[in-house]
Amino acid sequence: MVEFAGWEMPLSYRGVTEEHRAVREHCGLFDVSHMGEIEIDGPAALALCQRLTVNDVARLRIGDGQYTLFCNERGGVLDDLIVFRRGPERMLLVVNAANTAADLAWVEAHTEPGAAVADRTPHFGLLALQGPEAELVLRELTALDLPALRPFTALDGLVAGLHVFVSRTGYTGEDGFELLVAAEESPALWDALLTATLRRGGLPAGLGARDTLRLEAGLPLCGTDMDGDTTPLEAGLAWVVKLRKPDFVGRAALAEQARRGTSRRLVGFDLEEPGVPRHGNRVLQDGVAVGEVTSGAKSPTLGRYIGLAYVPAGAAAVGTALSVEIRGRSLPAHVVDRPFYRRVQEA
Amino acid sequence: MEFPEDLRYTKDHEWLRFEGEESIVGITDFAQDALGDVVFVELPAVGTVLSQGQTFGVVESNKTVSDLFAPIGGRVTAVNQALHDAPERVNHDPYGQGWMIRLAPARREDADALLDAGAYRALVASEKR
Repeated sequence: MVEFAGWEMPLSYRGVTEEHRAVREHCGLFDVSHMGEIEIDGPAALALCQRLTVNDVARLRIGDGQYTLFCNERGGVLDDLIVFRRGPERMLLVVNAANTAADLAWVEAHTEPGAAVADRTPHFGLLALQGPEAELVLRELTALDLPALRPFTALDGLVAGLHVFVSRTGYTGEDGFELLVAAEESPALWDALLTATLRRGGLPAGLGARDTLRLEAGLPLCGTDMDGDTTPLEAGLAWVVKLRKPDFVGRAALAEQARRGTSRRLVGFDLEEPGVPRHGNRVLQDGVAVGEVTSGAKSPTLGRYIGLAYVPAGAAAVGTALSVEIRGRSLPAHVVDRPFYRRVQEA
Repeated sequence: MEFPEDLRYTKDHEWLRFEGEESIVGITDFAQDALGDVVFVELPAVGTVLSQGQTFGVVESNKTVSDLFAPIGGRVTAVNQALHDAPERVNHDPYGQGWMIRLAPARREDADALLDAGAYRALVASEKR
């Protein structure tokens, strides 16, 4: 167990590599109840979300979810989150545990009459069922029409006899679901999902596997790969930012950067010799320090030592030769495509 | 968890085994379990002279980096090159294929300061709480 953002969290149950493989090949069950839930209710709820997030919430029909970001006025990333439209005037924001309090303060500071903001984190448990067999596992416990549930959509219904809000979302690069449930019913839901998961050859999975899975999938971790001093354009999340929608916090700075171009970019790299890149390691080009590693690991799926790093735009092309300084040694590396791992999707 | 009787142990969770004039060093079953899946081991060059308690390398899982400490002083006569491509051997066989370095001891008496299996077992029990 490890302490994370004030929550006692399992780093692993059976071993990170084994849990990682279970998610890639079968199914894994994560308890991510530490994630924050913020509800915004009222006639101004949608407008408030539109003003505070960089993606376009006007596109959301009831039951739709969307990956989006809170940015500051400088266009820096305060948090990444999923926003769901639960009703005509009801929004649900699922945010990072470490940022829940700051996010809540940010939303409250910008709220206007007609939008009531509430921290619902203590009321909900959140479980993530991830992997190519996630749908088969979940089907055993619910009559919900799961094949019809498209990515980034959600449904209310019964799973294992419990009221849940199920979305087809996740943070592993695999198909999967996240299930929001009343906190007091969370242990019962965990038990039911775990039994079905184990029957399929899946495993419970901890924070360790969650980190290697998301890294292979090229998904940035907020606070590690991006923060208030890096913009979504630099972090490779330009697709999330809708500059053409009505004004939002950070728009002016991001529009300006989009015009000028980014001077640095978050890229994926492979080391050419064994070594584990760590957050803060220096990245060199022709012996000159040009950037910094933000995340790294030995990829359990690929067997390679991989990482993410900010480098100058001129060094961001796939194939660019770099080196990474680990404990005073300079290890050769080169820029590779992000994501490192892409699941095979059925046609 | 296994702690063979014929080994000596450090409080930092290395083990030492005498084999003729030389000694072999690795990390314990407890250490490999606490680290999780080992993904990288950095070892010194053959010929390096170490004093007792000196850092001789690192062992890494995806989550943590731990220093390795020499249980006794001596000169490194061999390192386990196989760990370069197969660091997981430290997890699978910590007292066998997961060995790390061979040392020509400077003074065998250095080992008197180390724990025997019983004392190490007690240390592990206290660390597990």
